[in-house]
Amino acid sequence: MAGADPDASLLHTPLHDAHVALGARMVPFAGWEMPVQYTGIVDEHRQVRNSAGLFDLSHMGEVRVEGPGAGDALAYALVSDPRTLAVGRAQYSLICAEDGGILDDLIVYRVADERFLVVPNASNRELVAAELAARAAGFDATVTDASLDTALIAIQGPRALAILQPLVDRPIDDLRNYAAREARVLDTPALVARTGYTGEDGFELFLPNAAARSVWDALLAAGADGSLRPIGLGARDTLRLEAGMPLYGNELERDVRPAEAGLERVVKLDKPGGFVGRDALVAAAEAGPRHQLVALVLREPGIARHGYPVLGQDDPAGEPIGVVTSGTQSPTLGTAIAIARVPPSHTTPGTMVRVAIRASTVLAEVAPSPFYRRPSAGVTPSR
Amino acid sequence: MDVPDDLRYSDDHEWLRTDGADGLVGITRYAADELGDVVFVELPAVGRTLARGETFGVIESVKTASDLYSPISGEVLEVNDALGASPELVNEDPYGQGWIVRLRLADPSEAELLRDAAGYRSLIGD
Repeated sequence: MAGADPDASLLHTPLHDAHVALGARMVPFAGWEMPVQYTGIVDEHRQVRNSAGLFDLSHMGEVRVEGPGAGDALAYALVSDPRTLAVGRAQYSLICAEDGGILDDLIVYRVADERFLVVPNASNRELVAAELAARAAGFDATVTDASLDTALIAIQGPRALAILQPLVDRPIDDLRNYAAREARVLDTPALVARTGYTGEDGFELFLPNAAARSVWDALLAAGADGSLRPIGLGARDTLRLEAGMPLYGNELERDVRPAEAGLERVVKLDKPGGFVGRDALVAAAEAGPRHQLVALVLREPGIARHGYPVLGQDDPAGEPIGVVTSGTQSPTLGTAIAIARVPPSHTTPGTMVRVAIRASTVLAEVAPSPFYRRPSAGVTPSR
Repeated sequence: MDVPDDLRYSDDHEWLRTDGADGLVGITRYAADELGDVVFVELPAVGRTLARGETFGVIESVKTASDLYSPISGEVLEVNDALGASPELVNEDPYGQGWIVRLRLADPSEAELLRDAAGYRSLIGD
């Protein structure tokens, strides 16, 4: 339980010193030293749900794919079709292996006609950058991993817009969900995107490293009345879990196919030109999913965590039928929640299962996903 | 760091307050802070006999699960049932309302094997 020793091999974001000065607990994460919490996970979670929170996500990857063939290259490399994106729009996508297994989930932004920005997970950044470069080889496109030069700051929560707007040189209130626009933030050129991973309204700011600290400090100063506080990776995880959003390494894995994570809508099997993994995914669509993800609410005391076995309701001593992929105590619901991988026969809400927790089992009920939907969800500014 | 002088401490960050042949056990402020928001405490059965160092329960925070180790040998006389509805008492008042079990000590002199407050402070680098 002792504090982590500084590890010289860990990467630091440009905001590392700011986190230390704010009293954050720093932990190793995907090769980076990152803040897991400042005041406490539950406090920070509620701050984002009720007001606004500031996140350093500079560990995430930023891979630029540019050139006349950039759209075709991405359509071949990913399961979605980024060519259908209007400039200034973004889409959630997946990069799959030839066998249809998921290598990573990512967001693709169309910044300009021939400029795309791909944002993979920190843990998969190098793999994704290498795969994109290899898959783009036959196209008129360049692939550049700009991750180590690019900072990413997210501001999320119902008050995010009001706090961020005064620092941006043009209106952002009309930016739609999954849209992005180039703007100056505190006089620095940035990409301002209305995306996030919390289930709240909010923005993500892609900035040069050199500008990160001044923007971070200015935002915290603008929210110094308590409306904005820094949020660590601990609350980021509980927020995304309540919002039913998958995490690579938990819900998504190399051996999981898109439909097995409820992501078949992301896959465009019939897009022109084909794509890596198509044949396997066509076959998988015919065969049907081997397992699926469900939301679970625990009906007996306990916390279900990643890796815990899921058992049939009436067969607590039998073979596991599935596994918990993520689980925690929901700060919003006040109850233990989880996401689990179970057979397609156990996905109907109301189905009861058991979760093995150490030496005993607890009852859990398949629930509708997500656990949390923000009050105004679905109502996006339309000007 | 909050380390009361009248308690004894284990290297596993449990505290012991002896009262004659009885002993009250909880986790330290340092341990509670390290765990973060406590959301569930798995308590032992009353009447169970614990050896010194034996695992007697699990404390779950939002982030992680951590075993509880008995700092001393004894029989469980009482568990803190208030933690069922209010596990956050462990964070809010670790040396008071956040106590975990009350034991009938098998050998009160075992308490001498534990650290005093100064020794515990040095363990946690305080």
